[in-house]
Amino acid sequence: MASMNRSQWGLAALAGALAWNFAGTTAEAQTPPGVLIVGQIAEPQSLDPHAVTAVNDFRILMNVYDGLVRYADGTLEVEPALASDWEISGDGLTYTFNLREGVQFHDGSDFDAESVVFNFERMLDEAHPYHDTGPFPLSFFFSAIEEVEALDSHTVEFTLNEPFAPFLSNLAYPTGLIASPAAIQEHGGDFGRNPSGTGAFRFEEWQSNTRVVVTRNADYWDGAPELEAVVFRPITDANTRVAEMLSGGIDVMVEVPPTSLNQFEGPGFTVHEQAGPHLWFLILNAKEGPFADKRVRQAANYAIDKRALVEDVLEGTATIAAGPTPAAFSWAYNEDLEPYPHDPERARKLLAEAGVEDAELTFLVTEGGSGMLDPIPMGTAIQSDLEAVGFNVRIETYEWNSFLGIVNPGLEGKGDMAQMSWMTNDPDTLPFLALRTEAFPEQGGFNSGYYSNPEVDELLEAARAATDQEERARLYKEMQEIVQEDAPWVFVANWKQNAVTSDRVKDFTLQPSFFLLLHDTVKN
Amino acid sequence: MNSYILKRLLSAVPVLLGITLVVFLIMSLIPGDPATAILGSYATAENVERLNRQLGLDRSLPEQYVIWLTNMLQGDFGRSFSLNRPVLDEVLDRFGATLILAGVSLVLCSIFGVVAGVISAARQYGLADKAITFAVLIGISIPSFFLGMMMILLFAIQLRWLPVSGMYSIYGGGDLPDLLRHLAMPALALSVVATGVIARLSRSAMLEVLRQDFVRTARAKGVPERRVIWRHALKAAMVSIIPVIGVQAGFVLSGAVYIEMVFQWPGVGRMLVEAILRRDLLLVQGGVVIVAACYVLFNLIVDVAQSLLDPRVKT
Repeated sequence: MASMNRSQWGLAALAGALAWNFAGTTAEAQTPPGVLIVGQIAEPQSLDPHAVTAVNDFRILMNVYDGLVRYADGTLEVEPALASDWEISGDGLTYTFNLREGVQFHDGSDFDAESVVFNFERMLDEAHPYHDTGPFPLSFFFSAIEEVEALDSHTVEFTLNEPFAPFLSNLAYPTGLIASPAAIQEHGGDFGRNPSGTGAFRFEEWQSNTRVVVTRNADYWDGAPELEAVVFRPITDANTRVAEMLSGGIDVMVEVPPTSLNQFEGPGFTVHEQAGPHLWFLILNAKEGPFADKRVRQAANYAIDKRALVEDVLEGTATIAAGPTPAAFSWAYNEDLEPYPHDPERARKLLAEAGVEDAELTFLVTEGGSGMLDPIPMGTAIQSDLEAVGFNVRIETYEWNSFLGIVNPGLEGKGDMAQMSWMTNDPDTLPFLALRTEAFPEQGGFNSGYYSNPEVDELLEAARAATDQEERARLYKEMQEIVQEDAPWVFVANWKQNAVTSDRVKDFTLQPSFFLLLHDTVKN
Repeated sequence: MNSYILKRLLSAVPVLLGITLVVFLIMSLIPGDPATAILGSYATAENVERLNRQLGLDRSLPEQYVIWLTNMLQGDFGRSFSLNRPVLDEVLDRFGATLILAGVSLVLCSIFGVVAGVISAARQYGLADKAITFAVLIGISIPSFFLGMMMILLFAIQLRWLPVSGMYSIYGGGDLPDLLRHLAMPALALSVVATGVIARLSRSAMLEVLRQDFVRTARAKGVPERRVIWRHALKAAMVSIIPVIGVQAGFVLSGAVYIEMVFQWPGVGRMLVEAILRRDLLLVQGGVVIVAACYVLFNLIVDVAQSLLDPRVKT
């Protein structure tokens, strides 16, 4: 054999090193039992529950912290958590909570009425010594609070400045989670990276862009969780997330793209689905242009084939929406409401009645964004449905944040219709912020299409002041009927949250709240 | 030489100042602001205003720029609101990852590119030349992110040889072999285009050199052909190859943005993409300025190296 020269030796050594590398890893490292690896869609912003807004962060937070109340398993109805029970005064202004005794934060400090007061005052009182550890973007969830007071060590009283029925469900939202005052005092602005709560898992480690690790809280007041640890991995690229799931690099994947679902149909994976309090709709400009006429707005609702959108474009990852309130709010949802059927004939007739011919529409579409599903294919499908009944639709596409910057201040002068989606925790939120006359953009609301109906305004105000749930439900159901008839929006879809788990994961369920609760989950 | 380096360093100052201004303006001009990005559906005018006040974004643009610049000159790059930590900490944390990825890719593409180019030139119009030229054409034409996805499909999902993404195993690992296994695919995918470019230019540089008198002289003296090509000719050709590698370093660094997204490499590129989508102004501005500074520095090193290799380049 001719002697190898230096470069040939080098190549041989390199090849050998690579071969050794591969040989050592024929089966890619198996994740250990009892440790659940969750593929997240992004790096968390912070683990301070009062500082964050993203569902992605909530998925971690809900396992590390508890609130005074929480949503009962599988529902959007409130049940006791850190508060064992509560009383609401007849005028709906005073809420008195009795707190669970003997609960400790992960850092060893005691949970008591003073810690509740600390949490809310930090968020709401600009003079509070730790208010500068914010910002607290969702603190307005609690803007109805006038005063929080510790009556004794385990009783706390909230006084509201007006009756505000969504108060309890807002307390069940992540913004209402209770953090350890001692940890906030110790870490100040860095508390978000050194979180401490009372939840089923205690925070262990946060390695930027690599992982957040939480471990089992053996002393959890509601029984220690089954898992030893949970690792949250941020994987921003959806294709890479799918690849990690297929290769066994993660055990749970959330927000599976519709087009990837069929890859998980075989054995080895379970697909979970759960409809949530989400609505995907089109805002119609009721102030100017063709949609100022109610008949034209109704025509758009008839013209669009929602079944095709939901089944073909979204591959069954959503259900058809009937009105402004998602069916997931089962207690407030009007069961009698039927979605607008796909009826192009009827749409053409309505347009003829309204005297609209060859109307030009500008349609604002986004490239993607929180809860927007597959906006571009949905936009083009909607465009062709509308053109089939005689509209001429011109699409303008924007990146998500630019899109919000254009749509939120109102559609006047910019377009006739825009895509939008909302995920909320109370049936009050979306219609109150986006359908009332007082919610026009110039007044700080989200009524970007300028819909106005005094009857709806009254119903929404009354529902907010009613403390009796049945009365609230009745008012919301009436509101839904009127709004559906007025058609300020095209009601399109309610997203079903989905997740895939490997066959090593048991007892995993998705919640209608879209929170990820891992207390009972097992991994073998 | 020292005065040359000093002169070059001084000329980098206006470049960097220009970059700060451009980045700042672009970030201020694109629609959508940080408060809206944070608040999402809840971005009412009132909430946005309150949050802007807390973020210090209620000041005028020139005021914001001057504050940012003066703080930065004192080493304070500000705090990223989307990550809740100092910008400098975050950028430094992630810069190492990008350097490893881009550095290894650059080494790979330099070696493969030059070797392929030299072989191609030495066997001009031969079978090896045709095969390499064809492979180079394909390499240059394939988008690196697509190649990356195809590699994941084959090596990570079908064969299960390599992990899909990340820099270290999520559980256990953390040593050099672990890093190499995670690095293999992204580094290769990132180097492919640059390899093609370097191979093409190495080929033409070599062909040019091989036609020169000193090569003929060397051959006439009876120097073995292998030695003529790899010692005499290549050394002369390196003078025109090195600047090409320098330019490719810039492409590798910017290409790293895509590759870091596909392979979820925790580097600066992915950080910038995510920061832009979140309108994290300080993180984008700080990140771009630091990357630009490194790029300027790297160009300087390439120029100095070239002047050392070729005395004809004026220093």
